Amino acid sequence: MTGGSPLRVMIVDDEPPARSRIRDLLSDCALKLPLEIAGEAATGRHALNVLPACDPEVVLLDIRMPEMDGLELAQHLLKLDRPPAVIFTTAYDVYALKAFEVHAVDYLLKPIRLGRLFDALSRAREVTPLRLDVLRALKPGPRTHLSINERGRILLIPVPEILYLKAELKYVTTRTVQREFLLEESLTNLEQEFLGDFVRIHRNCLVAKSAIRGFERVTGVDGESQWVVLLNGLQEKLIVSRRQQEIVREFGKHLK
Amino acid sequence: MGSINQNANASALPNFRNLGILLRILVIVDGICLAAALFKTSEALPLMEELVDLSATVQPTLLASLLVLAAINNWLRRLAYRPAIALVVAIELALVTAVYFLGRSVFDNPGALERYWIFTLLITGVLIGYFDLRGRALSPALTEARLQALQARIRPHFLFNSINAVLSLIRKNPAQAEHALEDMADLFRVLMADNRELTLIPREVELCRQYLALEQLRLGERLQVTWDISEMPADALIPPLVLQPLLENAVYHGIEPTSVSGAIIIRISRDRNEIHIMLRNPYHPDDNHHAGNRMALSNIRERLALHFDVEASIKTEATENSYEVRIVIPYLTGDV
Repeated sequence: MTGGSPLRVMIVDDEPPARSRIRDLLSDCALKLPLEIAGEAATGRHALNVLPACDPEVVLLDIRMPEMDGLELAQHLLKLDRPPAVIFTTAYDVYALKAFEVHAVDYLLKPIRLGRLFDALSRAREVTPLRLDVLRALKPGPRTHLSINERGRILLIPVPEILYLKAELKYVTTRTVQREFLLEESLTNLEQEFLGDFVRIHRNCLVAKSAIRGFERVTGVDGESQWVVLLNGLQEKLIVSRRQQEIVREFGKHLK
Repeated sequence: MGSINQNANASALPNFRNLGILLRILVIVDGICLAAALFKTSEALPLMEELVDLSATVQPTLLASLLVLAAINNWLRRLAYRPAIALVVAIELALVTAVYFLGRSVFDNPGALERYWIFTLLITGVLIGYFDLRGRALSPALTEARLQALQARIRPHFLFNSINAVLSLIRKNPAQAEHALEDMADLFRVLMADNRELTLIPREVELCRQYLALEQLRLGERLQVTWDISEMPADALIPPLVLQPLLENAVYHGIEPTSVSGAIIIRISRDRNEIHIMLRNPYHPDDNHHAGNRMALSNIRERLALHFDVEASIKTEATENSYEVRIVIPYLTGDV
């Protein structure tokens, strides 16, 4: 243990009895290991809201939670300036457990045993942080939110609210009706992750299928006419590249 | 308590009040008639004549038999297998003799009575043999279905989360923890029992309430339940654990995936000779844990078919924000 400062632990679990049980166990651990409960949250979103104020060193994170599961929340946590160590908790999850063993990720089975919790917390300060690629491998499905670090806080962007994603230099611009965000991710990876919900209309642009209001033929600066995408809730028009023109025809069918 | 027609190994007569059994008898007897007619001729017109001739004696006998057997079904099934078979054969012979003498005034040349007796004995023999074989074929299937049901029903997720919830109560509220453990014991006693016997519907409802009480511990106000069972007949029978796995699905797919509260509605009512069960829960199209749901449903469908043949049905319907399961089973009471 480093220094004498107590270990700051945060509990994230959607079930009140599960949190209460962990609180009991933590107070048992506290007899031998200086620690304090830095905060509690019932959902991933709530956890991200309170996290900067709680500033935990360790998060005990339930996997199966409504809206955003623990595996996705752990990915967003990595965007923090000082990401906390994560110990997953789960009652039963065949798929995740196998993957945890493979990648040597720390986890506790519910009901949690005092001894195992104590061991996990004792080494929490020494463990190497989780890697993004490992977390991605643990959760092969698409995320429900994208996230950015804005002045030390994690900002969540619900995927259904995204109108388009556009690659610009080393960033990807994410546009919702309200505003735009700069993501440090690759457009190709995003395309693969959200295949089915987004369609590529240009080498540098993915549009949400649900955001397409229609298509329009306009005359470009070079005098040649080209297709543009009209969006729901936004005046901006996006150019469809010549190579992607067939999507206009394909979508035309669905748009009556 | 009623039980399924087929016991582990013993032969038994089929339930002559079951629509599926009656249909099978009709199809087999008419099939044999067609075969007999085909044996004599294969040309269309004479074939029709043969069939009409045969039907004139066979159909009245057949229908009379079905009526008599359905009427004395309960009493017949209380007899031992051999005396019951002897009685059925005697009834058939008596009926065909009666039809023969009644018909003699209508038809010119009915032929010798012995021919009808032999024909009747053959058909009755074939049917008894068929139902015996079918019963034997189904009883291992039933054991198998029971085991599958067990595996499908104890969702490990539920077991461990519930134990966890009870553990959390032990220090702060020991009385509530005791109560929860008692509910759990009752639930698992039924889950692990030999569930081939039918059970009273109120018993199944009680079990469901115990299950929901355990889920309520974990989910609190997120789980809202409405029981609409004022018109549920208290004496109706149902295969055990038909409702509980459906509720488990409803909680798993309808309540757990969201942090706002959701309502599960259960309605049980009687409509003449049928029991209607309706269960509705919130639906989340993007929830991707559907494998367990299908497994539980196909399991229940299989067990309903084994118990009630074509007289039971289970249908599901998913709308934009709700998911509904509807079950219809025949209204059976304690003495069948």
